[in-house]
Amino acid sequence: MSAGSDILLQVEGLEAGYAEIKALLGIDIELRRGQIVTLLGANGAGKTTTLKTISGLVRATRGTIRLMGEDITGTPAHQIARMGLVHVPEGRHILRGLTVQENLELGAFAERSAETRRRQMDEVFDLFPILKERRKQDGSLLSGGEQQMLAMGRALMQKPKVLLLDEPSMGLAPKLVTETMKIVKRLNEAGTSILLVEQNARVALRLADYGYVLETGRIRMENTAEKLREDSSIIEAYLGE
Amino acid sequence: MTTFDILAQQLVNGLVLGSFYALVALGYTMIFGVIKLLNFAHGDVYMIGGFVGFAVLSLVGGLVGTGWGGIALSMFVSMIAVGFLGVVIERIAYHPMLAAPRLSILITALAVSLVLQNSVLALTGGEFTAFRTNLGFGGIALGGVFITYNQMVLVGMAAILMLALETFVTRTQYGRAMRAVSIDKDMCRLMGIDVTKIIAVTFLIGSALAAAAGTMAGAYYGSIWYFMGFLIGLKAFTAAVIGGIGSIPGAMAGGLILGLLEAFGTQIPFIGSEWKDVFSFSILILVLVFKPTGLFGKSEVERM
Repeated sequence: MSAGSDILLQVEGLEAGYAEIKALLGIDIELRRGQIVTLLGANGAGKTTTLKTISGLVRATRGTIRLMGEDITGTPAHQIARMGLVHVPEGRHILRGLTVQENLELGAFAERSAETRRRQMDEVFDLFPILKERRKQDGSLLSGGEQQMLAMGRALMQKPKVLLLDEPSMGLAPKLVTETMKIVKRLNEAGTSILLVEQNARVALRLADYGYVLETGRIRMENTAEKLREDSSIIEAYLGE
Repeated sequence: MTTFDILAQQLVNGLVLGSFYALVALGYTMIFGVIKLLNFAHGDVYMIGGFVGFAVLSLVGGLVGTGWGGIALSMFVSMIAVGFLGVVIERIAYHPMLAAPRLSILITALAVSLVLQNSVLALTGGEFTAFRTNLGFGGIALGGVFITYNQMVLVGMAAILMLALETFVTRTQYGRAMRAVSIDKDMCRLMGIDVTKIIAVTFLIGSALAAAAGTMAGAYYGSIWYFMGFLIGLKAFTAAVIGGIGSIPGAMAGGLILGLLEAFGTQIPFIGSEWKDVFSFSILILVLVFKPTGLFGKSEVERM
């Protein structure tokens, strides 16, 4: 592949599953530098499993995952995170009982220098001033929108090169969905490449450069976001809207 | 002695007992936190701590004396040695069972308990071993209450250890990670935390605290034997449940509360001190029935 250096994340023939059930039956995805790529599909299509397999939480039974050219298939999740691929899971997973500040501090767990951690936290506070106000509060007691900011802020503490976002708009009021998507856009403009899973296809396609439509563990269709956007039949047929 | 003096004296006794319970309960609760295991071998780790402390004191006692200085040194060595024993136990016995059903690992913990007890039984022949020290019986009298220096040093050392632990879990990245691992392991992995390593660190610290208590108890009571961990293991479990299992401040509070309740319980008319275990375990049952999450325990509610 001639443009190999441009491909940050390359997934080929990925298969994975839980116990007896095969959730992924051969997935091919590419994420290039500076792109937002979205994975669309109905519930149970395998979007979340795809992200979990890429970040190492679920073991791939077949296929390869390359991050910046390096094969990371089978690498433990915490090492993948340290390589710059950061996954913000569905449901945000704020650590209950830990303050906002502690949640952020732990985001940069691998960073040894407290000084660097503080600097990174200041950057996150610049992006999400509300987190600074709430830094002493239990992170799990924030509102849904604030928790989403905390989840993203925590991911940014790791200085990600590739960000996997799983349903960042889930459970948020429409106004907050727009707000969240603006933030995704801004992170992307700041140089982070993003693989975005969204239930809300219209919102995702407005943001993305490229999209894949998943159906029962396979890629059913892929194209530029522009093309997918134009073809409203796709949205109706595969996304159940 | 007035009734007030008797109660005040029991307060002192309860604090001493509670310090032991709290130190052992901390390991119980921390280990439960990170791998959801009721480590029934934890009392035996305390017992091993007593024996290692005894062995070290026998070796170095001639040089540094067998007063509190020598005991503190032996305790420190015992904490390190037994801390690593805890890590080895986790590696060999528990780690391979983490993916197995919860009951399997619980049975494994019972097996580890038997292995530790029987190893010491084989070495000592089941006899009590005299833990010879050079501790005096001095103290100070406050009104009608007599507090020995030994009691003060012991409660003081326990307090220092607990403060150190509190600082560790709130101020260091590893400490925060330990709390985080007890909440959400997968999220920890995504944050770059090596969960396996954090579990090992938890066993290291929990076992070291039990070893500290074991050495101090040996020195304080003057003898050790292979079965000394059994009852305190159950008591520490009770203390951890009172405080809310998984909660570190809960284990400290639960230990002290149980110690005090037991001490005061001996003063209830017609209930002599021989009934104190019945008293403790009745409390365990009451807590389990009426407030199973304990004083500091959180109910498992997930927010979307």
